[in-house]
Amino acid sequence: MSASSIIFYIIAAFILATGILAVTTRKIFRASIWLLFSLIGVASLYFWMQLEFLAAVQIIVYVGGIVVLIIFSIFLTIKSGEEMPKPILMRSIFSALAVIFGTAFMVRLISQYNFKAGSEGTFVLRINDIGTQMLDTKNYGYLLPFELISILLLAAMIGCIVIAIKQKEQPTTIS
Amino acid sequence: MNEIPLNQILFLSIGLFFIGAYGLFTRRNMITMLMSIELMLNSVNINFVAFNKYLYPDKLDGVFFSIFVITIAAAEAAVAIAIIINLYRSHHSIDVEDAGEMKY
Repeated sequence: MSASSIIFYIIAAFILATGILAVTTRKIFRASIWLLFSLIGVASLYFWMQLEFLAAVQIIVYVGGIVVLIIFSIFLTIKSGEEMPKPILMRSIFSALAVIFGTAFMVRLISQYNFKAGSEGTFVLRINDIGTQMLDTKNYGYLLPFELISILLLAAMIGCIVIAIKQKEQPTTIS
Repeated sequence: MNEIPLNQILFLSIGLFFIGAYGLFTRRNMITMLMSIELMLNSVNINFVAFNKYLYPDKLDGVFFSIFVITIAAAEAAVAIAIIINLYRSHHSIDVEDAGEMKY
């Protein structure tokens, strides 16, 4: 067992443990902090796979963007100190059963399947290649999804402003 | 690097996905359900990257799909949090059981 595989097992245990804590802790602020650690673990897994660009994107977007947004919305909506109510016992039992059976099914399926490599070569991730292929119109370029994603981000931004804007003239009557 | 087979990375992403699914089933708070969805999207990203690196090492398509999934997750989180804040203004609660007007 070499150092690289030991590092992989440490990263995997870290991701899974912090993920379990993020979905089971009853204080919502702690849940968001455990989610932050789990996302950092995924970023370190990308570093371990030598995908430095993707790890940087993961840290910038998830850790720097989404978790901060979630923490802000926690502060804006609920009292972060108090505990959330316990889930109903039957619901947690049945969801645990569904999760265990689903995990067993998928693990069995994957451990019996024989993956064959489709092509040869060594994997190197260069920023030049990403930029060239992202803005290419031929040779399997990704220009059209890139433009669609830009329009989607613009639409999401305007949609967020429209949804969250405060209307002063007509107070909402739903109570 | 190469002594870890592809199966073990897939087991890791299966574990992360079903942890997120458990959170989505049991939680009734909208923000924590959103956090579970983020965990599930992350496991999908790990899958894309691992398949790209192990099975098709001369291409970059898995990396592109991961980048697009990260972008869509960011847009989805922003819209979801706008909806949650708007719901809190009208209902003073972000529990999904309290927002059942459109159910029937």
